[in-house]
Amino acid sequence: MTQSPEFEPQIVAFCCLHCAYAAADLAGGSRCGYPSSIKIVAVPCTGRVDSVHLVKTLEDGADGVMVAGCLPGRCHFQTGNLHAKQRVDHVRELLEEIGLEPERVRMVNVSAGMGVQFAENAKDMSETIAALGPNPLRVPKSQASTTDAALEGTN
Amino acid sequence: MIVAERKPLDDIIEMLGGQGKVLAVGCGTCVAVCFAGGKKEVEMLASSLRMSTNLKGNKLEVDETSVQRQCEAEYLEVLDERVKDYDAIVSLGCGVGVQYLAERFPEKRIIPALDTKFMGGPTEAGVWEERCQGCGSCVLGITGGVCPISRCAKQLMNGPCGGSKHGHCEIDEDVPCAWQKIWESMEKLGRLDELMQVSAPKDWSTSRDGGPRRVVRDDIRTPKTEDS
Repeated sequence: MTQSPEFEPQIVAFCCLHCAYAAADLAGGSRCGYPSSIKIVAVPCTGRVDSVHLVKTLEDGADGVMVAGCLPGRCHFQTGNLHAKQRVDHVRELLEEIGLEPERVRMVNVSAGMGVQFAENAKDMSETIAALGPNPLRVPKSQASTTDAALEGTN
Repeated sequence: MIVAERKPLDDIIEMLGGQGKVLAVGCGTCVAVCFAGGKKEVEMLASSLRMSTNLKGNKLEVDETSVQRQCEAEYLEVLDERVKDYDAIVSLGCGVGVQYLAERFPEKRIIPALDTKFMGGPTEAGVWEERCQGCGSCVLGITGGVCPISRCAKQLMNGPCGGSKHGHCEIDEDVPCAWQKIWESMEKLGRLDELMQVSAPKDWSTSRDGGPRRVVRDDIRTPKTEDS
């Protein structure tokens, strides 16, 4: 996709309050920067994140969605993070059906002490989305390749 | 419950023609319980349809609503005014719901978004299995509560057949042999001797072989008055 160098992805990260949200906090506190394109939404558990949330976030114009939950086996609610992974996988399949890149949605797992890893995940996600380009649903198809106009319309 | 599954998105879009104004209607009964056509699934489908058609450069406007039950005319009354604004209705009901919508709104195109699969229930979260074929003449009383009509691939009344192996059916090793289950159930009930009786061929006239079926209850019907 054609894009201008100014394109900065808008990524919504649903972060579990018990792990990833604390990890993001730790990353910040440790002066371990991560891209400002990551917009964090705290959730009590990634098991609360429904497929509808992921799809609607993309429909509403986000370039990518990251779900960040506890390490497998460490969920405070036993299996919330595993359910979240299943939903992410389901939505990735649905995105293929829809015609949007499944890479725009991703699940990552970190503990509250993994601030550096959170920052790395955030950076990697941001780079992936930057390579994919803007979400074409943000603007009419005819303007999708003119990124400046696209960003202007949503920011 | 009636178990259903969403059709491929492209099939639904093809039926819709890809543009216009569409109302997606969910059903809050069976298909909601099997996660195929409840409110959440309506939201997912509507979003998916909007996104997919948008990406293809078409303009499909999709609104969402859900009724408690599509298969009773009274529950569709709330849609009477609303449907006037739409070119087509996408039903996330079972085949019955789709037809009730089509009967109530004959001037509208009704598109089925689901494939109705069977009458059954969940065996674990995310897995549904068939339990009844609506044969119209229930034999569960003589088969230990296990249905040979819906659960035996051959619908045998005197099983098991030679295809039963280690408790499973020859069609698929994940499918339990219904007659093995019948045997086990009858054994627990101390009624194995009854299985020695040969069952007569089943009367299929109560099933689909007798054509579309109808149940009439005169004690429930609306009383006829002089005006009617």
